This record gives sequence, C-alpha cells and structure tokens, in this order.
Amino acid sequence: MKEGFRQSMAWLHTWAGLLFGWLLFAMFTTGTAAYFQEEISRWMKPEIVATADRAAATQAAARYLQRTQPDADSWFISPPSARNPAVEVFWQPRKQKGEAPRRRKRGENSATLDGQGQPVTARETRGGSFLYRFHFDLHYMPVIWARYLVGVAAMFMLIAILSGVVTHKKIFVDFFMLRFCKGQRSWLDAHNVTAVFALPFYLMITYTGLVTLATLYMPWGIAANYAKPETFFEQAFPGRKEVERTGVAAPLVPLAPLMETASRHFGGAPVGSVRVVHPGDSSATITVTRASSAAIASRGESVVFSGTTGAIVDSGAPPGGAMATQSVMIGLHAGRYADWGLRWLYFLSGLGGTIMVGSGLVLWTVKRRARLSDPARPHFGFRLVARLNIAAIAGLPAGIAAYFLANRLLPPGMAGRADWEIHCLFIVWGAMLAWAVARPERRAWTEGLALTAALFASVPVVNALTVNRNLLTGLLSGDWLFVAFDLAMLALAAAFAVAARKAARGKAARAPRRARGGQDGLAPA
Amino acid sequence: MTAEASSPARYRWTVAARALAAIPLNYLLTSIVVGLLARHLPLNPVEASAAATLASFAIFAVIAMAVFQARSAGRAWLWMAGATLVLGGLLALSIHLGGRL
Repeated sequence: MKEGFRQSMAWLHTWAGLLFGWLLFAMFTTGTAAYFQEEISRWMKPEIVATADRAAATQAAARYLQRTQPDADSWFISPPSARNPAVEVFWQPRKQKGEAPRRRKRGENSATLDGQGQPVTARETRGGSFLYRFHFDLHYMPVIWARYLVGVAAMFMLIAILSGVVTHKKIFVDFFMLRFCKGQRSWLDAHNVTAVFALPFYLMITYTGLVTLATLYMPWGIAANYAKPETFFEQAFPGRKEVERTGVAAPLVPLAPLMETASRHFGGAPVGSVRVVHPGDSSATITVTRASSAAIASRGESVVFSGTTGAIVDSGAPPGGAMATQSVMIGLHAGRYADWGLRWLYFLSGLGGTIMVGSGLVLWTVKRRARLSDPARPHFGFRLVARLNIAAIAGLPAGIAAYFLANRLLPPGMAGRADWEIHCLFIVWGAMLAWAVARPERRAWTEGLALTAALFASVPVVNALTVNRNLLTGLLSGDWLFVAFDLAMLALAAAFAVAARKAARGKAARAPRRARGGQDGLAPA
Repeated sequence: MTAEASSPARYRWTVAARALAAIPLNYLLTSIVVGLLARHLPLNPVEASAAATLASFAIFAVIAMAVFQARSAGRAWLWMAGATLVLGGLLALSIHLGGRL
C-alpha cells in the first residue's frame, strides 16, 4: 500500500470499528452491568433476604430435592455466598426411554430456596442474569447464531484494538490531552483517553472473551488430533465421565461433612457448588467444587465422593499448562474471583470500554460531517450511522432502565412476567430507534439522552414507592445493596443529563467549529 | 488503502478482494495453522490442542492486518492462497500419515 502501514491500519480501524460498533456497544454495556449481575438479581428480587450457613443450607436443599425430585438424574446445589444469600438448586430429570430431548421452560427444573430448604416466593424475573446472557447470547434469536455473531464482533474488536494502537501513534501523549468543548478534537481525545486508560483491559477482555467460546469458534485445534471431539473432552476432564445407573437403591450420605473435607482440600477455600449424580442409586457420586470467588481460574478444583460411602473417588489431577491457562483466561474475563475493590475496577474499565466504543462511533460522524458536500442533506450512509448511534448509545441504556422499572411495576402474578420485563427493554430500545429516525438528528440526541436520564432517575423513586427497601431504609439498616443501587441509578441519570445538556448546547456552537474540522484528525478513510 | 485504486469502482473491488482474503480465506489458513500446531507442538494431544486453540485468535488478527497492509490486493491473495495450499497440504499429509485419536 502506498500510504504505508499506519494509514492502512487507520482505514482498517475505522471500518472494522464501525461495522460492529453498535453490537460491540451493546456487548460492552450489558457485559459491564453483568459484573454486578448477582447484585442486580438481588435488587430485582427484593423479597429474598435469607442468609444462612453454607453447609446447613446445602443440607436443607438436599432434603428439599430428596422430597420433591427423588428420581432426578442429577441435582445441582449452589450454596449461599457473600453475593447471593439464597440457595439455588437445579435438577436434571431422568430421561425416559424414547423421549426426545426438549427445551424445558425456565423454572421448570430449578428453584430458589432459603436456608431451611423452603422455596422462596419472589417475583418472577431473570434479574441480572439476563444482562449477562444477552452479553453473548443476545435475544429473540437462536443462541448458536448469536454466539457466532458475537464472536465475529469480538474478532473485529481485537483487530480494531490492534490497528487502533498502530494508528494512534501518539497515543500515550494524547492521553494527557483531553481537550473539552473542541468539537471533533474533543471526541478524538475522549476516544483516545478512554482507549489508553484501560487498553490492557480491553485487549485482555476481548481476547479472553473469544477464549470463553474458543472451541465453538475454532474447533479445528481439537479436530486435528481427535476424530470425535468427545474424546478430547473425556481426556481433558476425566472427572466428568458418565456412570451407568445400577438400579440398586442406596441412601445418600450427609453433604455437610463432605463439604468440610473438600474445603480442606481447597486449602480452606469455601465450596461453590455441590452436584449429585444419580441420587438414591448405589452408583451415586457427589462432586464438590471450589467457590469461584476463591481463585482466578474459572474451572474450580473439585473433589468427587462416592454418594453411598462418602469416600473420595477422585480429587482431580492438576491440569496441564495450556488447559490451566485457558481456565485462568476465562476466569479473568468473568471476574467471578474479584472482591469489591477489584469488581468496581472491572466495572469502571467496562464503562470506559463502553465510552470508547460509543465515542468512536460518534467520531465517525463528527469527522465526516465536516466534509459533507451538502451538510443539510447528508447521504444515506451518513444518516444511517448517525441515527443508529443515537438508538444504540441512548437507546440501550434507556431500555435497561425500563427493564428495572418493569421489574417494579409489572404485577407480581402476571403470566410470563419475566419475559415481559425483557420485552419492555426492547420496546423502549425500539421506540428510541423510531424516535431517532423521526426527529432531526441534534434534537433526537438531546431528547434521547434526556429521556434516558429521566428513566434512570425515576428508578429510585419507583422503587421507593413499590418496595420497602430503598436508599433511606438501606442507610438506616445497613442494607448497602439498596443504597448502592439507588446511588448508581442517580449517577447514571446525572451522566446522561450532562450529556443531554452538552448535546443541546452543541447545536448552537457547532457552526463556527465546522470550518476547522477534519484538519487535525487521523488519516481520512 | 485509498490511493491504490484509480476509480471508486476499482477501489471497492480491491477492498472486497482484501476483505475476502482477510476474513474467509484467513479463517481457513488460521484453522490449518492451528491444526498443524495442535499436531506438532511438543505437548500431549490435549495440551497441544488447547494451546493451539488459545493462540488462534492472535494468528487470525495478525494475518488480517497483514492482508490489509500488503502492497496490493493481488499480492495479498498470492501469499494467502500459497500459504493455504502449502500448509493445508502439510496438514493433510500429517493426518494421513499420523492418523487421529
């Protein structure tokens, strides 16, 4: 190429970034929120306040499962933790002969229990886990296609990051030059500052994100060595081998002592989950896995016990270097190991990434607006990008605020309540897109951002009117989750209000600035 | 990558040609490289497969950047097609001779 490496990378950065910018913005937004998915879930189920001893609660959960699901193929118990006070249980019903595998409805084979093993009645919601799943499964489309789409977007992101580093030659100098209110220059500064601020984080999060679904995106590393991928997984995870049922009934040993033994095995780390395969059969096994909060690696060490004698069957060989690396990479991505300080740092870095993608998208239009042949009537591509930017940057946050509001406002007994909460998110997001298309661009920005601010600001108000846990009661009783959630909503509202104000002001001040736009930008694309 | 083409239509064609080399052809080439690494890294098969898979995204990204950086779309295609044929042949030979588990 005649212009050399840097220019070609500038071109690549611009177009790779634009093509998947909106999807990446949505992935960054929901992924960032997902670092607090447990907390969001707790806020969305204000009825649940139970806290209990891990071992006692697990034993109580096993009694519940024994009573209600004695014939299940397996049980999975997630004991209460610092971030989730309730016990979550799942079970896998035994497959009947000749029964075709079918998709089960949500809630059909899971339950939320208190410390005494009693089902907790909470409003039906998917809580924070919806935001987490949307981050890579999207919605209203088959999961597998969503994952391919998300993978392609992540690959574009990786290339946009690498080519971006090359393009912004003065990237570290630019970091100290955030110039406010200077039109295009300010957008470029904002893009650079947020990019450099957490560059190692973006590179890490993008690469490890790809690694979480690596065997889906790049199955050929396994296929080159194994005729059947199952063989690979059997060799890689020998503890997961399927065992045949014997058909001989045998009572299950108590879980609490096994959890204690396992915890000693993990060097004192708490237990994260207990899985019972073939409960009530003499072939029963109990797998106790370390809590994900105790180490970075995502694949927790686990100990397998015999379900009838309680003897250790397998304590897991340490994985090889590459498998351990993969486990740590996935762990780094999900951040389940992070305590409060680190969790907030993850959240803020994710927020920085959201702003980096958003400002990059805006920069695309700002830079081209200066060079439009007829600024009053931009060409179709320009209008499309400009409107989609509004729909994405103001629309998705507005949708998330609507999701929280719907959680408080939809009647508790409503049929399909959890689904309707999600529909509300997309209705508001779609309405924002329609608004962005219908209104003049500047006004759409101002109005969209102002509406988003208003929606976030109304969350604490609606919460206080509908639920008896809020900022005030939280401060008085030390219910910090509700204090933090309300404050976070108010902070988001304030940020969007400031953005709306800026957008409104920019309209008046834009004309004189246009003359010098495009001079100090990057190589034109 | 703007000055390579003399007319807008030609420019679009060269972009399309590079994109084809940088995305689908690159995926094929990367898969072949990952397959070769998985088979010939001095590790046990589980580890070698995992290590090669982990490296795949970096390999893909570097090749994609190289395709857009190449002096012309034709050269990029020549290199990509050549590497795919040679390495693909080697991988086929390796599987044919060594078999799979």
